[in-house]
Amino acid sequence: MTVTAFALVRLRNLFAVVMLSGIFSLLAAVLYVVLDAVDVAFTEAAVGAGIATVLMLGTLALTTGVVKEAPRKPLAALLIVSLTGALLIFGTLDMPPYGDPNAPIHHHVAPRYIEKSGSEVGPPNIVTSVLASYRGYDTLGEVTVIFTAAAGILILLGGRRRPGKKRRTAGKTGG
Amino acid sequence: MEFPGLFNYWIAVVLMMTGFYIVIAQGNLIKKVVGLNIFQVSVFVFYISMSKIKGGTAPILDEGIEIYTNPLPHVLILTAIVVGVATTALALALVVRIRDAYGTIEEDEIGKLEQEEET
Amino acid sequence: MKSKPVLRVTSKLLIPAIMLFALYVQFHGDFGPGGGFQAGVIFASAFILYALIFDIDTARKVVPAWMMRVGLASGLLLYAGVGVVGLLLGGKYLDYSVLADNPVIGQHLGITLIEFGVGVTVASAMITIFYLFAGQGRQPEDS
Repeated sequence: MTVTAFALVRLRNLFAVVMLSGIFSLLAAVLYVVLDAVDVAFTEAAVGAGIATVLMLGTLALTTGVVKEAPRKPLAALLIVSLTGALLIFGTLDMPPYGDPNAPIHHHVAPRYIEKSGSEVGPPNIVTSVLASYRGYDTLGEVTVIFTAAAGILILLGGRRRPGKKRRTAGKTGG
Repeated sequence: MEFPGLFNYWIAVVLMMTGFYIVIAQGNLIKKVVGLNIFQVSVFVFYISMSKIKGGTAPILDEGIEIYTNPLPHVLILTAIVVGVATTALALALVVRIRDAYGTIEEDEIGKLEQEEET
Repeated sequence: MKSKPVLRVTSKLLIPAIMLFALYVQFHGDFGPGGGFQAGVIFASAFILYALIFDIDTARKVVPAWMMRVGLASGLLLYAGVGVVGLLLGGKYLDYSVLADNPVIGQHLGITLIEFGVGVTVASAMITIFYLFAGQGRQPEDS
């Protein structure tokens, strides 16, 4: 998965980039299954590998397929990135180790969800009952975000184009 | 602390920095969006790996299972993925409009065009 | 894509299966992995496949864009409306226990309803977004 991510940095053909990002999210889905998050893996496989790739390809058809210039000032960027990464890794030294049942995250509300959701809400799938019942407000907010994003895209792309607004098209024919 | 230890966090950090590097160093707007996606996936991996308990199973209630993996991060990430694709689509729509207006999706060329406009 | 018989035939066979699977995921989300978000995306992908293999205009005839906009809003309204119904029945906002005599049945009903709302919104949002991206390419030609 990390190798795929690194390949994404170097590639300049955007078509290959889009395909690789599809593979990337499929690998992420496999990783989620390994980590017991079946619902999340399901979503990632359907969304990341399916819809997102189609949308990216649609954008490519509307714009251009190849990155023109070399990456700018890669050294400075690399420096910033490695510095931030080193700091973050330094931060993780205090984190609980992987799979530790005593980590603070497992001792707040999660045990209550696991013990009570069967009798209080019913569905055997705890993810569903937390999603829809205990955290109904959150999910309502998320659905609103999706609605707003779709409305925003409607505003951006749905209206008629004004041809007079086009400036130089840099010798490219889009669609 | 045996081998896996903090390794999962490091993977997340490496992925995040890869995405961050793409966002900083690439001039192409579509590649920037892809970089943001990688960044996003790294956060997902971070959350999901935190929720894992050793010996636990997927959080679906059944007889005879004692340890379940923490379901709460799963809920958060599940919705975040779908919201993520909606916002990615919004970003791509903006890229399409930028190409309409400037004829290019390279950040540097847009900057040049803007300067020519001013002079 | 008119000249690709293999693609056309296989996708004709696959699309009903995909939709059935989406419905299964939608209503089986209580028991196994699944739910409104996934089902919406899978349902949308069936339509996107249809629009890719046949023409986008054919797809528009099957599912007009206005219907998707109505679906987009009504899914969200269904979700919020279930919350308001709970409020009217004397519970808290988004508290489904008051929807039926038995709290567990009420919860189940509420979850099914709002998951359906989520599914409708997500599916319509994805199809709307796809229509907009796919419909862009042909507009400059007539202007």
